[in-house]
Amino acid sequence: MATDALRPAIRIRPGGPARFVFRGLVFVLALTGFGQLPIYNRYYLSDLPGFGWLADYWATRFVHYAAAALFLGLLAHRTARHLFSPRARRRLTRSGALRAGILTVLVLSGGLIVVKNFPGVFLSDAAVIAVDLVHLGAATAFLLAQLAAMLARRPWTEPLAREPIPPFNPRPETPRGT
Amino acid sequence: MPISRRAFLKGTLAAAAALAATPATEASAGADAALATLIDIRKCVGCGACVEACRGANAAKFPEPQKPFPKMYPSRVKAADWSGRREVDDRLTPYNWLFIQRARVVIGGRETELTLPRRCMHCTNPPCVKLCPWGAAKQLPNGISRIDPEICLGGSKCRSVCPWDIPQRQTGVGLYLRLAPSFAGNGVMYKCDRCWERVAAGEIPACIEACPEGVQTIGPRKEIIARAHAIAEEIGGFIYGEKENGGTNTIYVSPVPFAELNRGIEKGEGRPHLEPVPDTMDEANRLAAALAIAPFAGAAGAFLRLVSRAREREAKEETHGD
Repeated sequence: MATDALRPAIRIRPGGPARFVFRGLVFVLALTGFGQLPIYNRYYLSDLPGFGWLADYWATRFVHYAAAALFLGLLAHRTARHLFSPRARRRLTRSGALRAGILTVLVLSGGLIVVKNFPGVFLSDAAVIAVDLVHLGAATAFLLAQLAAMLARRPWTEPLAREPIPPFNPRPETPRGT
Repeated sequence: MPISRRAFLKGTLAAAAALAATPATEASAGADAALATLIDIRKCVGCGACVEACRGANAAKFPEPQKPFPKMYPSRVKAADWSGRREVDDRLTPYNWLFIQRARVVIGGRETELTLPRRCMHCTNPPCVKLCPWGAAKQLPNGISRIDPEICLGGSKCRSVCPWDIPQRQTGVGLYLRLAPSFAGNGVMYKCDRCWERVAAGEIPACIEACPEGVQTIGPRKEIIARAHAIAEEIGGFIYGEKENGGTNTIYVSPVPFAELNRGIEKGEGRPHLEPVPDTMDEANRLAAALAIAPFAGAAGAFLRLVSRAREREAKEETHGD
């Protein structure tokens, strides 16, 4: 019984397929995000076979939006698994907390840019410049933090001290006679 | 008058709700406040008074580049220098933000020449403004889009995303000179700003004021569009700019179809076309719904999976119990 209680109902491992999906989306988002700057054509990147579309701002913007939607879905999925499951028994490491903080800034500033791009939306000059620079800065900071974490093998989360916990029950029983 | 905390919070929430609702509707304060210009092609005689007035009114804004230009890398990056050709007025340049375009067309079996002033269309949702990576291009609530020469780095993304390739570059001027001139930036982009300072002061743009034939009029966009339709109905004419690129604040009315005008004009660099233009910003904007739904879908997926696993576990335990 005690052994059974110690076994997690949901295994939230730092690895798994989600890790590769996460890294793949980060790569696509970084590639298309920096593609919003006029650099790929200048520095021959769009001359590489198969990369011609990187010089097309409309194509990179569309792919950036699509990848961002998948990325937000994945982030919400992973976060919800931690929050909903009392048996996940993991917490953010310092490196994970730093990256999560930067990601929050990145997502919020990206959301503002999406709203700004709708017709009839007017932000002040200072707000537009600030949001653009914050998004670019947060993206650069996240890439550096992610790279450092990968090189130093710092995981996002670490296990909490193991202790017996009740299994997750979506339909908790009401004690009889109450 | 003192404001209670409750009243302050109520007011703040109301303001936040109003702000949140802004992007959802075309009929926002910004869209309502937009001024548009009507260009009645029938009246234009091609005298060029508007071009001269534009150059005079904006002379102080024209670039004075520093020479020699910094050497730029890699070698494919070329300098764009119009400073020795300031007099060119048959196309758009950094020193000529408005020009007269001439079209050979056939009206009633007779070949004739029509002339029309061409400049920035001032789109209602301008890609040059919305996609500028530095916020150097700005849109004013009155519908004017302008490029801030103090911030622009001359990367020319605004021209790449403009359906009419309007902004024109001058090398050797602007902020990039103080950053890394050899490796990033290439000057400043210039285009019509519809005399935004004059409009802010309650005046009308110089080109409109100077026209002896009254070709252009300016007013609230809804009124200008209504007037354009009235003229088009009266003469059996055609409209350009109302729907192009999702709508612009420059509405042309012509007695001949714009497809025919487009065939009759000289097109190319600095000489914009008159073709139909789809809403370029709309394609990715449609994905905004997916961006809004994705987090909820991801969270719901995690929760459902958790519930499903727990039920499987429960069923397994019941089976073992039997």
